[in-house]
Parts: sequence; C-alpha cells; structure tokens
Amino acid sequence: MNELLNLLKQNALESPENLAKMLGVSVDEVKKQIADFEKEGVIRAYQAVVNEEKLDASLVTTVIEVKVTPESEGGFDRIADRISKFPEVDSCFLMSGGFDLLLFIKGRSMQDSFRFVSDKLSTMPGVTSTATHFMMKAYKQNGIVMNTGDDDERLKVSP
Amino acid sequence: MSDSKSLHSKISKVVHEIPRSGIRDFFDIVSSREDVISLGIGEPDFVTPWHIREAATLALERGQTSYTSNMGLLSLRRGISQYVEKKTGIRYVPEEEVLVTVGVSEGLDLAVRALVEPGDEVLYHEPSYVSYNPLIQFAYGKPVAIQTRKENGFRLTRQDLEQNVSEKTKVLLLNYPNNPTGVALSKADVEDIAAFAIEHDLIVLTDEIYDELTYDKEHYSVISVPGMRERTIYLHGFSKAWAMTGFRMGFTCAPPELTEAMMKIHQYTMLCAPILSQEASVEALRSSDADIAYMKAEYKKRRNYIHSSFEEMGIPCIYPDGAFYAFADISKFGMTSQEFALHLLDEQNVACVPGTAFGACGEGFIRCSYATSLEEIKEAMVRIARFIEKL
Repeated sequence: MNELLNLLKQNALESPENLAKMLGVSVDEVKKQIADFEKEGVIRAYQAVVNEEKLDASLVTTVIEVKVTPESEGGFDRIADRISKFPEVDSCFLMSGGFDLLLFIKGRSMQDSFRFVSDKLSTMPGVTSTATHFMMKAYKQNGIVMNTGDDDERLKVSP
Repeated sequence: MSDSKSLHSKISKVVHEIPRSGIRDFFDIVSSREDVISLGIGEPDFVTPWHIREAATLALERGQTSYTSNMGLLSLRRGISQYVEKKTGIRYVPEEEVLVTVGVSEGLDLAVRALVEPGDEVLYHEPSYVSYNPLIQFAYGKPVAIQTRKENGFRLTRQDLEQNVSEKTKVLLLNYPNNPTGVALSKADVEDIAAFAIEHDLIVLTDEIYDELTYDKEHYSVISVPGMRERTIYLHGFSKAWAMTGFRMGFTCAPPELTEAMMKIHQYTMLCAPILSQEASVEALRSSDADIAYMKAEYKKRRNYIHSSFEEMGIPCIYPDGAFYAFADISKFGMTSQEFALHLLDEQNVACVPGTAFGACGEGFIRCSYATSLEEIKEAMVRIARFIEKL
C-alpha cells in the first residue's frame, strides 16, 4: 500500500508537516496526494478506533449471518444495499460459503439488536434466514490490538 | 576475611584500569528519574515477530531444554550459511565455518581473544560501539583508535588507516553501518579498506549487525571483496533487524582455522547458545523478510523525521545511512556533549547519550536513538527545540 496511506491508517490526525518529514517529501506534495486520494474515493472517511470497553456505556455488537435469495436483476447487490442503509448496520459484507451476507450491528443493548433482527431484517423480502451472534469482546480491531501490556521494560539507556 | 581494600587490590590490573562505559554512567543518572523520554536506547522498540516467539514457545512445549552442539544446531548453521550467501554471495560451510554465539558481543569477544596476543595492535575506528576498546584490552592487546572526523562524515579512509598501522598491527575491526553515527560505507570505501588489509596482511573483524537496516543504498560487505573471505571474521546476529535482543543470538562466519580457534574458547566458556533461542532463530531465518521490511520502513520514517527536525532546528546531523541512531552536532552551543546531555535531561527530561561515550572524537555530538515510538520522538524534538532556544 502507498506509504502515505499506511501512515494515515495508523494515525489519521498526523499533520501534513510531520507526514512530509517522515516521507522525505514537501508539505505541498503531501497535501496534494491526500486531496487526490479523497477525490478519487480511495480515502472514504477518517475515523477513530474506539476501545468501547473503556466506555461506561459500551455498545453491543452483534454479528449476523444472513441468507438471501438473489434477485434476477442486481443479484445480491440490491438487497445488500438496502440492508446497508439501516443506521444500525455498521458493516455489511458479501461472503462465500454457508451464508450470503455478514452484518455487524451496533446497538445499546441485546434487546436493540434482537428488535432489529426480528422487526426489520427477518421481515425483508428476499431474506430467507438469519443466525445471530453476540460479540463478547474485541481483542483486535481494524489492525489495532485493543489491550496490550505494552509497558516498555527496556533499559532507559543502552549501548 | 578480606576487607574491601584488599579485595580491590586483588582485581586483575587490566580489569581495574578499564573505566566503566560512559553509557553506564549516564544510565545511572537517567534511571533515577521519572517520566524521561529516552533517545538513549540502542535496541529495537518492536517486539520479536510473533512467529519467532511461537517457535521458541513450541520448542519449550516439546521439551527442548538440552545443550546443543558447541557450534550450534546444524539446522541453524545451515540457515545462517544460506542467509549470508544470499546477502553477500559468499558461501560458508555450515559444518566448519559457522559458529552460533550468545549475541554478537560474544562473537566479538571470541574473535578478539582467538587472534590477539599480548602487545598485538588492533585498529578500530571511533566513534565506536563501547565494547571494542575494552574487549581488546581484556585480551591484552593494544587498541589503536582511529579518530574519524565530522569533516569526513565520520567515514574511515585509507589515509586514516595508513597513518595508524604499524609492524605490530594484526587486526582491523570494522562496524558499518555504524553505532553511533549511522554512517554506512560505499562499495568503493569498502574496497579501499580491503586493499589496505590485504597489503598489510591484517585479519579483519567486521561487525555487520546493522546491515539489514541500511535505508537508501545497498549494503556491501567487506567479505564480498575478492581476497577478503580468507582473512575475515564476519560477525552478525539477530538482535537488531529481527528485534531479538533478549534472545542473545549471534553468529560468526570465518575460515575453518579461525572458527575452530573461536570454538575452543566458546566451548570452555559459554558451551553453547541457549537452545530455545536457537530454535527461534531457525524460524527467524526461515520467514522474516516481511517483518524486516516492515520494521525497516518504520525506522526509515523515523530517521527522516528526526534528521529533518534536527536540521530545521539548526542542529547539523550526520546523515544516518543505517542503524537507528542520529548523531547530532551540538558543538555550537559551547558545551561539552556530557554537559549538553545532562542539561537537556535536567531541563526537559529528554535522555540522549553524550558522543564522548563512543570515543574522544564524539565530543560535540549527542547520539539520539530513533528506536522509540514516533510519538515520543516528536515530543522529544519539541523539547529539544525548547531547550536550545534558551541557550
């Protein structure tokens, strides 16, 4: 992957000045590349990776396997688009294997997720079955290990 | 019972007379303080890649807790032989020319002790890694430090060598990319030095522990120069590029006579390297290209950052071709490097190592390691800028 994108994936708040220093290019060059990536849709958004366990009221994440009947025109795309538009749906992927779509749902409680599945998802035309799993704990998310015992035990000065 | 004074008098003269490392002195001061940002650490801040740690764990689970052959596991020596051949084009026979040691530190000690007799002179270049001079003295040799100069970019030249060689010179010790300057040598530089070694019939010890961490150009080993394999002990290890300092794994490659001599000392002192570390190293050689590339890319970003930050502050910095150190020229502030480092620590809680810890010609410089997180480096640079504003 492009080096600039790698750096932004690690820290999207990194200043163009620091990025330029690290990459050995000019600040203007960094700004231009970022603008180009945004314009081309390579960079879709900037987000924080949140360790929700640290929050008092953490959200419940639910993982749902969905089987659907593909439509004659549009295949899986149309129904996947419709499902993705629900604000509860955090992510939606088309999968190979025993089911078709994999959804990640965020809700304030298990009841929230249950209501979404029973009231909205299961009743959609084309959805033939669902299997719901509640996520217990995130150990690693978006490439970030969530809880590291990362105390630096190295000597403060060494050869 | 002896009192401390009489015990003191019983300590070997050579040990007694060698001063403690300058780094060690500075370490004592830094250790006593809280919340220090340290640019003084000469080891990777990365944890050993997971698959390598797994190999050590698996070896432990299998109950591999025995000694190994003095030379090291044959599977490891084969891996080392292939690795060195791939990098340098030079093949060493695993059975008789590769010796597994406890870190490069042991390899160096073995090499020096295997060669040096009382009074033999050993040429080495300063600024240098802190162990070279004492190791030569422990072997009752005479260290001859060649003072490289900032005007020369701290590169060792043939002229420097010619000015320091004598009838008693037996060994030349090289370390490129260099700790503490980060300087690497060009192919032409290496060929010049090799020609000198051949002409004066010297044995060369080449410490290439940082060779994988060369950022902009290809590393060229002195063993690749025709005529050098026969007179060189190649020293390398897993600490830096594989982030395996705590495994204490190194190796030497040398002609059979020299390897046998080193092995003799090794078998009576260390016996063998730890088997778990050896198993981890077998795995490290088997599949670590991506890990090394990743860590190298991270160091390169930090190298660029720290170098341009110093330059922007008006502090000239020797361009670090490799390793993970920036050697910054603070001579214009009218302080010794020790004073500068101590004041910086006192006023801004940033630790770096005074250049004089690496030899007299390091005066006027500080060594800043960038084997620490980018966040810490950024904060350290802000603090250094704040510090020099008041000078």
